[in-house]
Amino acid sequence: MSIISYRDALNQGLAEELQRDPNVVLMGEEVAQFKGSYKVSEGLLEKFGPSRIIDTPISEAAFSGLAVGASMMGMRPVVEFMFWSFCYVAFDQIFNNAANVRYMSGGMINVPVVFRGPANGGTNVGATHSHTPENFAANTPGLKVVCPSTPADAKGLIKSSIRDNDPVCFMENTILYNLKDEVPDEDDFIIPLGKAKTVLEGKDISIIAHGNAVHTALMVAEELSDKHDISAEVVDLRSIRPLDQDAIIESVKKTNRALLVEENKPFCGVGAQICFLIQDQAFDYLDAPIARVSAVDAPQAYSKSLEAKQLPGKEKVLQAALNIL
Amino acid sequence: MEGLHHDTDIDHLAPTPRDKLESSGDEPSGAESDDSINSSKNESFASDSINQGLSPEDKIELYEQMVRIRRFEERSLRAYQQGHIGGFLHLYIGQEAVAVGSVSVLGKDDHVITAYRDHGHAIAVGMNMDECMAELYGKKTGCSKGKGGSMHFFAPDKNFWGGHGIVGGQTPLGLGLAYALKHFKKKGSCLCFMGDGATNQGPFYESLNLAALWNLPVVYIIENNGYSMGTAEGRHSAGEPLARRGDAFDINWRVSYGHDIYEVRSVVGEAVKQAHQTSKPSVLEIITYRYRGHSVADPDQTYRSKEEIEEYKKSKDPINLFKSVLLKEQILTEESALEIDKLAKEEANASAEFASASPFPEPDELLEDVYWETDNPEKRVSKGRIFFENP
Repeated sequence: MSIISYRDALNQGLAEELQRDPNVVLMGEEVAQFKGSYKVSEGLLEKFGPSRIIDTPISEAAFSGLAVGASMMGMRPVVEFMFWSFCYVAFDQIFNNAANVRYMSGGMINVPVVFRGPANGGTNVGATHSHTPENFAANTPGLKVVCPSTPADAKGLIKSSIRDNDPVCFMENTILYNLKDEVPDEDDFIIPLGKAKTVLEGKDISIIAHGNAVHTALMVAEELSDKHDISAEVVDLRSIRPLDQDAIIESVKKTNRALLVEENKPFCGVGAQICFLIQDQAFDYLDAPIARVSAVDAPQAYSKSLEAKQLPGKEKVLQAALNIL
Repeated sequence: MEGLHHDTDIDHLAPTPRDKLESSGDEPSGAESDDSINSSKNESFASDSINQGLSPEDKIELYEQMVRIRRFEERSLRAYQQGHIGGFLHLYIGQEAVAVGSVSVLGKDDHVITAYRDHGHAIAVGMNMDECMAELYGKKTGCSKGKGGSMHFFAPDKNFWGGHGIVGGQTPLGLGLAYALKHFKKKGSCLCFMGDGATNQGPFYESLNLAALWNLPVVYIIENNGYSMGTAEGRHSAGEPLARRGDAFDINWRVSYGHDIYEVRSVVGEAVKQAHQTSKPSVLEIITYRYRGHSVADPDQTYRSKEEIEEYKKSKDPINLFKSVLLKEQILTEESALEIDKLAKEEANASAEFASASPFPEPDELLEDVYWETDNPEKRVSKGRIFFENP
């Protein structure tokens, strides 16, 4: 095990896949000479050269669509969005072309492309740069969606995503880029898509989360244990689609209570789907209504103090847990 | 503007240094009047080496292909009117020489992608009428198993990558195909067809910039039929000709006519040659015309006159024009032309019968062809639930 940052873990994962497969390229704004807006791609230009690490103009529609077209012919492009918010100007290319080409061609074509970049709030940048579109993407059959919360997951999942033969929307988090944690040293460390991780075992309540909300859930679990003598289980979804439904249901059947935490806005957020699954699959096991904490249902606020209240913070999540215990 | 629908009148375009491709042939500028069949021009394109190299059999095949497309389209219209085909049906009638002429100059590493008016291109690349008609009928035997429909025909084995429903949405995809060709070190090109309306979509400009910046072998072919749905060129586009927009990116551009298949072959052939030799993109605007409405749901009564349509049919019908050329070249006779037409009609009728007799897809096929992984369960590596349908 090595202790490395989420950023470096991504960098390692990308480098290993670029090394492994000459048809992998990384393209996006500032990924090469600038070394990446968040330095995720630092050093890759030097290692792989400008034909593999490619600076693009600010033209998300063109380079996203280009990547889809190139992947139809057998390349494995990785597209970096400086923010996932910027995918909105490339919506047609991702949500129509990448997602539908296989279906519309009766299965003759597949689209092994990865779209990646940060998708989170909490950075004081206002409404246009703080979107969390994992629910949009997961609502689109044909796309896969991944939201890693730790350095090890970031590395293992980016490698799986690049090798995946379907289009993957890989959503990172700028707040987590500096997070350091253990990452296995093994040569080809892979985490399959669609496998959740129970990051904390417990017996009284299941807190189900993805992305940065997992870390909030862990802080809440600690406080529940320290101050309230409650044993919380924390399930990190890691992938949204495919979704590890079994892990969710097993945990709820064990604890009989579920609290869903996410940065998505509440209406049709990821939690809404999970809530449906729990009542459908574990209705008789529930001892309380399913609780949910999402971001406050407004465009993302700029003001730091306001945005802190908008996000699913520790106090809110703690209160939501106590409400159903 | 005098004459037919088109604002772009190439006879009045002053040639500029970039008004032709690098390996230039004949300029489509000259003194011919708009309504002449202009056999002199026709002969000049006929004498281009790319057309000189055509055998009589090749020429007959070009003619057959155009006739087959027209008869297919007419038969599909009938099927639509009879209620066998739903949704949209965008007919290619009138534009046949563009797809057939363009595709006829391609080699093994040249690829094609187009928009939603895709039946002509599909047949031109070699897709058969049965699979195309069955797709229109929504049948399991359709080229996309009934999941794509009229706007979404695909045949990657024939280098044909669709069939795309969103106006201009295919322009970055065509760029990506060209990018991959370059990556795989193929001496190829991608013809990316689009309509005049698509020139006003943002991704097209983004794509032009990248094509020039990265030197990608994509040939954007604007099939300018004069109308962006029901909006005439003069009401949808500032600055003519449309191809000149390539100039902003230092992309070679050219405007030409699409009723003469020899001209189409010359112009597209040069652009493809340039793509092969220099990897450079180009923008070709080919002036053409559609006889039917934007789709069959368009009553075609609001934005153009019947006289305009009749005038084009009379003076510039690509099939009639080529027929008279081939008669003159003594390659075709009235009898053999009739026979070709008869066979094409029979083939189209047979395709409708095939489609009619074919089964609809089974309900459980809804969840096939969504993900490569679920279609290949033995190779699946991901875990978890991937579909969320209710039982």
